[in-house]
Amino acid sequence: MSILGTRVVRTEDPRLLTAGGTYVDDLRLPELSDAARVTFVRSPMAHAKITGMDTDAARQAPGVLAVLTVRDMDDLTPPPPPDPDAEIIEGAPMPIGGLWSEPLLAVDRVRYVGEPVAMVITSDSYQGEDAAELVSVDYEPLPAVIGIGTALRTDTLLFPDTESNVPVTSGEATDDAIFDGCDAVAEATIVNQRLAPMPMEGRAAAARFEDGKLTYWASTQNAQISRFILAGVLGMDPGTIRVITPDVGGGFGAKVGIDRDAILVAWAARKTGRALRWVETRSENLVGMTHGRAQEQTVKIGGTSDGRVLAYRLDVVQDTGAYPRMSGFLPFLTKLMAVGPYDIANVQTKSRVVVTNTTPISAYRGAGRPEATAAVERAMDLFAAEIGLDPGEVRRKNLIPSDKFPYTTPTGATYDTGDYVTALDKALEGAGYAELRAEQQRRRERGDVLQLGIGLSSYVEITAADAAAGETARLAVHGDGTATVYTGSSAHGQGHHTAWAMLVQSELGIPMADVTVIHGDTDLIPEGIGTYGSRSLQLGGVAVHKAALDVKEQARKVAADMLEAAETDLELDADSGTWQVRGDPGTRRGWAEVATHAGEDGLVAYVQFSGGGATFPFGSHVAVVEVDTETGKVRLIRHVTVDDAGTVVNPVLAEGQRHGGIAQGVAQALLEEMIYDADGNPLTGTLADYAAITADVLPSFELVQSETPTDINPLGVKGIGEAGTIGATPAVQNAVVDAVSHLGVRHIDMPTTPSRVWAAIDDATQNGEAR
Amino acid sequence: MKVTIKVNGNPVAAEVADRTLLVHFVREVANLTATNVGCDSTSCGACTVLLDGRSVKSCTVLAAQADGCEVTTVEGLADGSGEMHPVQTAFHAEHGLQCGFCTPGMVMAAVSLLDENPSPTEEEVRTALEGNLCRCTGYHNIVRAVLAAAPATSERRSA
Amino acid sequence: MIPAPFTYKRAFSIDEALDLAARDGEDAKFLAGGHSLLPLMKLRLAVPEVLIDIGRLGELRYVREQDGHIAVGAATSHDELARSGLLLRELPLLAHAASQVGDPQVRHRGTIGGSLVHADPAADLPAVALALDATLVARGPSGSREIAAGEFFQSLFETALEPDELLTEIRFPRPDSPASWAFQKFTKRAIDWAIVGVAVQDGNVALVNMGQTPLRAAAVEQALAAGASPRDAAAHAAEGTSPSTDINGDARYRQHLARVLVGRALEESRSRA
Repeated sequence: MSILGTRVVRTEDPRLLTAGGTYVDDLRLPELSDAARVTFVRSPMAHAKITGMDTDAARQAPGVLAVLTVRDMDDLTPPPPPDPDAEIIEGAPMPIGGLWSEPLLAVDRVRYVGEPVAMVITSDSYQGEDAAELVSVDYEPLPAVIGIGTALRTDTLLFPDTESNVPVTSGEATDDAIFDGCDAVAEATIVNQRLAPMPMEGRAAAARFEDGKLTYWASTQNAQISRFILAGVLGMDPGTIRVITPDVGGGFGAKVGIDRDAILVAWAARKTGRALRWVETRSENLVGMTHGRAQEQTVKIGGTSDGRVLAYRLDVVQDTGAYPRMSGFLPFLTKLMAVGPYDIANVQTKSRVVVTNTTPISAYRGAGRPEATAAVERAMDLFAAEIGLDPGEVRRKNLIPSDKFPYTTPTGATYDTGDYVTALDKALEGAGYAELRAEQQRRRERGDVLQLGIGLSSYVEITAADAAAGETARLAVHGDGTATVYTGSSAHGQGHHTAWAMLVQSELGIPMADVTVIHGDTDLIPEGIGTYGSRSLQLGGVAVHKAALDVKEQARKVAADMLEAAETDLELDADSGTWQVRGDPGTRRGWAEVATHAGEDGLVAYVQFSGGGATFPFGSHVAVVEVDTETGKVRLIRHVTVDDAGTVVNPVLAEGQRHGGIAQGVAQALLEEMIYDADGNPLTGTLADYAAITADVLPSFELVQSETPTDINPLGVKGIGEAGTIGATPAVQNAVVDAVSHLGVRHIDMPTTPSRVWAAIDDATQNGEAR
Repeated sequence: MKVTIKVNGNPVAAEVADRTLLVHFVREVANLTATNVGCDSTSCGACTVLLDGRSVKSCTVLAAQADGCEVTTVEGLADGSGEMHPVQTAFHAEHGLQCGFCTPGMVMAAVSLLDENPSPTEEEVRTALEGNLCRCTGYHNIVRAVLAAAPATSERRSA
Repeated sequence: MIPAPFTYKRAFSIDEALDLAARDGEDAKFLAGGHSLLPLMKLRLAVPEVLIDIGRLGELRYVREQDGHIAVGAATSHDELARSGLLLRELPLLAHAASQVGDPQVRHRGTIGGSLVHADPAADLPAVALALDATLVARGPSGSREIAAGEFFQSLFETALEPDELLTEIRFPRPDSPASWAFQKFTKRAIDWAIVGVAVQDGNVALVNMGQTPLRAAAVEQALAAGASPRDAAAHAAEGTSPSTDINGDARYRQHLARVLVGRALEESRSRA
């Protein structure tokens, strides 16, 4: 009886619950016992030239060991001069040293509030805050470019050597002919608002240089990639750098690799010869860590009066903040997934990326795919409203049928497996859709103040989009019968240690308690990619599975030798973890004996597994909200989901990922937004103002089970980490609009805060559009 | 100034700057790093400890204000024989944590909640945790854990 | 994240507290629960040089009947107010409002005195003090004086208290009908400050976050006194208010909310009576 698919609580928890995790700020290692503290001086201006800097007062403050500015960076190779002809490839990183390049410390201008300008090194963090205040920087303000509209229209260029604020343009979406022959057409401009990833642990790093070697601790999702980045920037051989990932308090895509602030910590450690530690504050995190989303979308959808969608256009403008760190990658994914789970014959997509004087944008749970789903799900509801059909019915009519897989979309994505109609049906049934509509109708007829809204979303998303990059696993079975897994994956809450141990136990019969999982140390795991894009189980986990198979075959040979039998006569009982000659229980041997017989190193297998391709989890969500039509306040009362990510290895972990994903998805629909004023000052710069979602505004979620395995990997698994977020946001947004559609409201942008909802109601009823 | 604070039953005495926050006293002076700093606006609750038996956000208490008082952190919850507190046990059983960063503060908030309301409803649990942010779990299993821990926590108190 | 350096002094009596304040003058602030002051200091929006800790003075923590009114010590915590049997019976508006301040951790530390002296118009208890016609007792070097709540809150974060005065007690007259109360606090999340709030006790209506100070909705009260229904009286809720526009709503929305919430509060208080 395999342990896979059973509910197993986490092996990570006892330590986390009793002693607490060891995050960067908790490290109490001898190597950091004399570590000094880094405090950054950050720009308070959104856009300005730096005309002067005075560090004298800071240098003399108590506890200050050094004050570092760009002038001290004479030990780094300057980037190559910008090549105006360098091509920007949408899906690839920006060319190094290009026209849009981002410095480490600001050089002669700042482009967003929070941009690092100088570094203060002190004995303790309290002194650091005091000293940072004493660094005096002269700024000559430049006009702030805030908002996509301004970025497109203004004469002010963030990068004066370029011709516009638009680093990337891709696709054409102007041919209206695709909408000819449509009985009904609906259009809308939609905002997918800027969010703060806000992991509970902000950014943090520590560094120590000794004898030409760098040891670097980072709160990152990728130790190996971080090492690569450090080697490149610092001009070092990667073999002289060791990156260690301690416990990481959440990442959500914003801790992929390491960013300029974190790189500077390593540079400063080399420059000063001191071990250093940096732990940002929450206020710094809200402007210094990359933001997510921030798209404006223009959608147009057309089809027949009986609900068949014939044409869909998506025009995306991505606000990428002050520096285009992700180039065109996020809107590239948005366009790739534009049609969602629907069979739409004619699709046009276009994207532009603009720079603004705001925090740079990067991946945030879903990274480009929540945006795609939110757009097409709004469009489906608008289309349904246009033709007067139930939104569930319209979806059902357009979902890709289950006999059409693999299915290649007009946008070039090939969906592996799926059963979208069943997912929708299960979600509707789980929600009791018919009764909800009846209750909604009753309340409408009574004219209740509290109206019910039911919102749907059907989604498909792409996981392991970089499957070719694969993942590594090394599995060692030791002479004492225990095992160690070295994984290239990099958990920051996902429970890989539990799941990878389950995979070993399932295949080899070594009990989970005897399996140690190690990640995130480049000395022990020099090759690996890390955890993002919901790739880990299907790449890292499958690598572990394959390593176990490899160990099994090695063990078979060793056991045959030990027992002087033919290999083909050896069998492993995975339940008891014992080898024997078939039919002869007297020959039973455990892993300890077999591994000992194998030699000093026991049994070791190393797998570098390149995935066959991306996989496509899918599902449907039903959100039920209550809207107070007098105040605009929205209450989410139920949220029902189907999130199908193929085979479930551990339902406990899968559910946890769904819950967390759903909550962040709901957060975007209802509450969260990073807001800047016209001068580029963040108005949501602390957690008192940035409305991170709390327990009191969420219900318990209703998860419906569904497992449609993929045929892309032997475990049949897809990625679950981001699916909940992708499905949840549009269901809730649609529910809010649905709650007041009878009053004439057709769209409300996110977040659907009380004032926004009330303004929509007020607007619609004033215009007398109530039906 | 000199402060003496009993942390998890052990008196910790030190000369600290007047402006030292209790959370830093716990982390740096008492050397108990489970309690974390998650924000700077008294919003997130990651720093929650018990001060004389009541939950407080230790980032918004000066060590000086806690002089002569008793502080309990998650490291001090297990009983003398090392057995986890029912709240810790329930968080484990219900998968009430993922990255673990909010967890010590969340657990202490839950302990305090159950102390003041031994048999809460789901709604009461959710409202009582209004000051504790979690980014990973969506709160679903945290709420289940607190509800699951309630009976055993009551028993432990009356034992 | 960390306050600027300051000197901490602990007072072991009210007299000592006043002595210390007299010595340090404008540079000193009293510290009770610290949950209005310390958050400001951590962001360095306030930089007092001296903090005088009065938080553990037993003589400032009490809820009792006294000469026909209810007297509350200024350093009584929100949690103590919320649990007070006396308040729950005799002044439920105060107990209930206190139970909604911040979150449980904040309520274990924050005090009524701290909240009133901080005088944030978005805070709950200043409006409640107004609705209950409270009298605030301040002690200074030259003795005690009484300040009516209506005169206490002067402007944004400004009160009638002198720098060398300590708020020691808040006196609440017994309401005509203790059960005729209501408290409507409109927020997005439970932990948020009120976007708009309403406190009702009998015919008194006070507003949270509708101006630079908490306000009595005088036009509503007049309409009620003249016999108007709750809904009709509530129509006057925004008169005389000057709500701000911020990320939670514009002035027009707040005025609308005030009307809706006053109407609901009045109906709620009547249904309780």
